[in-house]
Amino acid sequence: MSYALELKDLRKNFGKTEIIRGVNLAVNAGERIAIIGPNGAGKSTLFNLISGRFGPSSGEILLNGQRIEHKAPYEINRMGLSRSFQITNIFPKLSVFENLRCAVLWSLGYKYTFLKFLSGLKDANELAEKYMAMIRLDKKRDLLAMNLTYAEQRALEIGITIAGGSNVILLDEPTAGMSRSETSRFINLIKEVTIGKTLLTVEHDMGVVFGLADKIAVVVYGEVIAFDSPEAVRSNAKVQEAYLGSHSAEEAGGH
Amino acid sequence: MKTYQFKPYNVGRWLIWSLFAIVLIFAPLIFTSNLSGTMLAQMGIAIIACLSYNILLGQGGMLSFGHAVYTGLGSFVAIHALNSITAGTSQIPVSLLPLVGGFAGIGFAVLLGYVTTKKSGTPFAMITLGVAELVFAMSLMFSEFFGGEAGISGNRVAGQTIWGITYGPQIQIYYLIAIYTFICVALMYAFTQTPLGRILNAVRDNPERVEFIGYNTQRVRYFAFIIAGFFAGISGGLGALNFEIVTSEVVGAGRSGGYLLFTFLGGATFFFGPIIGGILMVLAFVLLSELTKAWLLYLGLLFLFMVMYAPGGIASLIMMNLRVAAFGKLKQIWVSYLGLFVTAFVALIGAGAMIEMVYHLQLNSALGDNLKFMGIVLNAKGVDSWFGSAFVMLTGLGLFEAIRRHFLIEWGDIQIEIEKEIKRREAA
Repeated sequence: MSYALELKDLRKNFGKTEIIRGVNLAVNAGERIAIIGPNGAGKSTLFNLISGRFGPSSGEILLNGQRIEHKAPYEINRMGLSRSFQITNIFPKLSVFENLRCAVLWSLGYKYTFLKFLSGLKDANELAEKYMAMIRLDKKRDLLAMNLTYAEQRALEIGITIAGGSNVILLDEPTAGMSRSETSRFINLIKEVTIGKTLLTVEHDMGVVFGLADKIAVVVYGEVIAFDSPEAVRSNAKVQEAYLGSHSAEEAGGH
Repeated sequence: MKTYQFKPYNVGRWLIWSLFAIVLIFAPLIFTSNLSGTMLAQMGIAIIACLSYNILLGQGGMLSFGHAVYTGLGSFVAIHALNSITAGTSQIPVSLLPLVGGFAGIGFAVLLGYVTTKKSGTPFAMITLGVAELVFAMSLMFSEFFGGEAGISGNRVAGQTIWGITYGPQIQIYYLIAIYTFICVALMYAFTQTPLGRILNAVRDNPERVEFIGYNTQRVRYFAFIIAGFFAGISGGLGALNFEIVTSEVVGAGRSGGYLLFTFLGGATFFFGPIIGGILMVLAFVLLSELTKAWLLYLGLLFLFMVMYAPGGIASLIMMNLRVAAFGKLKQIWVSYLGLFVTAFVALIGAGAMIEMVYHLQLNSALGDNLKFMGIVLNAKGVDSWFGSAFVMLTGLGLFEAIRRHFLIEWGDIQIEIEKEIKRREAA
């Protein structure tokens, strides 16, 4: 049986600096994985490698058993992997609805056509409406994305990511910059929209991590030092020493 | 919650397109002079060219400095096709020659656009500049195709006539251009409503993200470039028929710059902006250039002020004021508008007098020191004239600035009121 996503001895150098130093990871279909680690550990780089933004220096990335490490981002996306960004990355001068409709077009097979009217694409319009309701932005349908509040933009970011129907979803710090109450609401939203999908998320908020993830991967200095269930990771001495520290571990236990 | 709403949307759309057709049909019956006849024909051609340019600039965020390559090469291929009809070696009806230009546009866009659209942003702009220079240099080298200094001339009364339409009289060629203009404008509008057209907007806004929703941005740009090339070629073919002569100037940098300048002036952010731009282009090239030798300078100044104060062009100015009018607030600021126009006009008269005096000294000094400007005799070497002009200009500028500051405050207040009104209506 092949994994939904598998990394084999993945490495990435920028010049002489090794950022990713031999990462091995195997994710089963339907699992929710949280990737944690101190700043600069290489979490975002890992996402950039998987999604095709950068090419790796060596190693393999397999998506549903197929190698993707030298493919372009759009090819990887067409194979069923989609990602969001830490810094909001939407289409600012398009409306909320247009943002989502753009995101569903390829998966419905419309490709580059200019022989059909958008208004006649019933499936694309319905799907876009569906996702718009899912991320609770249906009241802001015709508002330009740049005029949304920050939290709404983050929701749209997730909406664009899931709208293409990909089975493997990477979320890069989805709750970055949000208040506590917004975060907890947002985590429920993420849980809801990623049902049945394989989810990898980079997250800083420990409460979020332990509430959301089936498994946690701890990345320190470009290596995965632990990959296990939240309880096992919490009690892992190596992790406590390298990352959580006794204080954080206690705090995390409270949630 | 879904309620039944009356949507005036489609009614409005029908109305606008019918109006557009009516204007195209009746314009030559109202403006009957020879000059206005040729100007109307040129406006149709310029409208298609500017709209095709805006597929790149406004819709795709591609700043091209070489759009004349595709209109110009379309012109050359069309005029050669016309000459082959005259010579009897081909049987295409003259009415379809613009399409020949269009397919030539596609061909060259497929070929040259592949290299051009490999990059976006600044590299894209530089490559278009390079390609434009390359084609212009070739136009001087290959005189068989480009006709050297004299260009290639033709005679549009060629081949078989259908229903007695020979395209000899200007009015017949005008209606051919009008039909092409209507269809091309409609097709280019339709393009903005298709999946490729929308993804092109997405590529303009955020190319990186487009790569992560399954689209190859390079290919989106390439396809859009080819479509723009098609309409540019049609415009070029119509130009060849209209003027019956094509010189290498049509692929030159000046022409490319003109498309950029007037598309921007008209407004790249709205679909109808370049239509205004195309009309202005002909007005400037035909009328303003007759009015004054310094017309390029005035045009440059206008462009400068537009880029600085109204980067959305005339179209955005219209739309902003329509919004204000829709909320019934135009009556609060019309006095300021009047003041702005009057003071700007006064400043322009002062500046214009000085510009004309400089031009007179440089170009017409053999005719003496006196020149007429707006009914007044000015002495280009007289202290009085200079002092008077400077006084008029500075007075105008000073008052303009004072009114402008007042206007900005009023404008800001009105926008806040409108925002409140919108919130109130949403809540209701």
